Amino acid sequence: MSVTPFKLPVVPHIRRQAYISLYEKGLRADGRGIHEPRSIDVKTGVLEKAEGSAHVSLGSTQVLVGVKIEVAQPFRDAPDQGVLVVHAENVPLASPIFEPGPPDENAIELARVVDRSLREVKAVDLESLVIRVGEKVWNLWIDIYVLDHDGNLFDASMLATMAALATTKIPDYEETEVGEILVRREGASKPLKINHKVVTVTIAKIADFLIVDPTFEEEVIADYRLVLSFDENLRIVGAQKTGEGGMKVEELKEAIRIGKNTALTYFKILNQKLAQGV
Amino acid sequence: MGHKAKVTLIDERGLRHDGRRFDELRPISMQIGVLANASGSALVEYGRTKVLAAVYGPREPSQKFMVLPDRAILRVRYHMAPFSTSERKNPAPSRREIELSKVIREALEDIVLSSEYPRTVIDIFIEVLQADGGTRVAGVTAASLALADAGVPMKGLVAGVAVGKVGGVLLLDVDEIEDSMGEADMPVAGAPDLGLVTLFQLNGVLSEDEVERGFSMAWNAIEKIVAMEKEVLRKKFEAAGEEV
Repeated sequence: MSVTPFKLPVVPHIRRQAYISLYEKGLRADGRGIHEPRSIDVKTGVLEKAEGSAHVSLGSTQVLVGVKIEVAQPFRDAPDQGVLVVHAENVPLASPIFEPGPPDENAIELARVVDRSLREVKAVDLESLVIRVGEKVWNLWIDIYVLDHDGNLFDASMLATMAALATTKIPDYEETEVGEILVRREGASKPLKINHKVVTVTIAKIADFLIVDPTFEEEVIADYRLVLSFDENLRIVGAQKTGEGGMKVEELKEAIRIGKNTALTYFKILNQKLAQGV
Repeated sequence: MGHKAKVTLIDERGLRHDGRRFDELRPISMQIGVLANASGSALVEYGRTKVLAAVYGPREPSQKFMVLPDRAILRVRYHMAPFSTSERKNPAPSRREIELSKVIREALEDIVLSSEYPRTVIDIFIEVLQADGGTRVAGVTAASLALADAGVPMKGLVAGVAVGKVGGVLLLDVDEIEDSMGEADMPVAGAPDLGLVTLFQLNGVLSEDEVERGFSMAWNAIEKIVAMEKEVLRKKFEAAGEEV
């Protein structure tokens, strides 16, 4: 059951007004422009026991992603494909609004938006994850761990997921006489095959403004957020409106235009960081 | 999920497997006031998709702390009956149902005049009885009718429809087989009288142009569906007026 949030912090009206008067000048409280994301830091290979990992900071939002690879049975309707699972945890240390317990609707929505953005465009080459058709495939577990929540968990999680996948190594294995697969995590490994890189761009509507990369406080005062997923060719590979307000019909086009520009910025930074091998 | 038999989704005359044109809705039926206990209810069918919605409230919340001082809280549950799908669906709420309950709630939040009923809760229960594609958007339409049937004040009526891309062609109101074989599914819901899009999702790959064309197909259809909602509501209240 989904319930209207009733425990969110209240942002005083005067503070909302202060934000809006800044937007009117094309500015944000932290000095950036209304269509400008916060500074981004990407570190890969931050976890030794995960086959792929990344830590992303987007302003003061921090997300950690670990990719684990295990042997599993394929789905019956996809015997020639590996399995991709995305899971997100809003761990309680990340925000006063997070509670311990199983993932709530926000964490589930986050994981499912990231999952769809990867799956639909076939970002990961699942066909390269087959060990024995119909019997044994690699299962890719992508676990998104929100460490510090200052808004825009979608974009930070997608960047961290992409960086983690781009540096994921598939372990070596040997087959026993009875056909069991023994994974050798310490041995040689090969890189995971990526078909497409994907980023999401979150655009928030506040008063009459569409702003990029909202902070937590901006998310609280926003009417709605539109999360647009793009691949490197700027095709739209997913979308989700989230939040209580309605979107004016004409805002969709404008949001796509802003989204495309921001996607280019995200790709530039992501590719730079990956090329540096950080 | 088993392997689906090969079906020709669009034939040489440009007709779909059920004879529809690319921009044609399935036959839609709407009934309101179908449940005695609920404050309002509706049964909506998009072709073989069958969705029942009930509204309870505004009423006191079962948990006293679950209130807002300036408005009613909405609680929405989208749920699929175990017999609604080809293979029995486990009745425990899935991650998909949890997400859809959220996006459907958010499709209604800006429409319901919840500030009229502070410190109360309005419950909206949606049960998918038969799933043949478009269940979430049929659920929004059913919820809109059930709210109106309950007499809950709203800024406008809401309806939903999904546009898919199948075999490179944009199709209105995709059913299950089209969705399962398609490249993209874009559910849209909103209140055309207010010009507000309240649910928007895209599952799949589309160009910017396809998103815009698909959206206007959906929006035109939503206007038609809302007109049907008004007709059904008008009939009920006219009949009630004659009885007095």
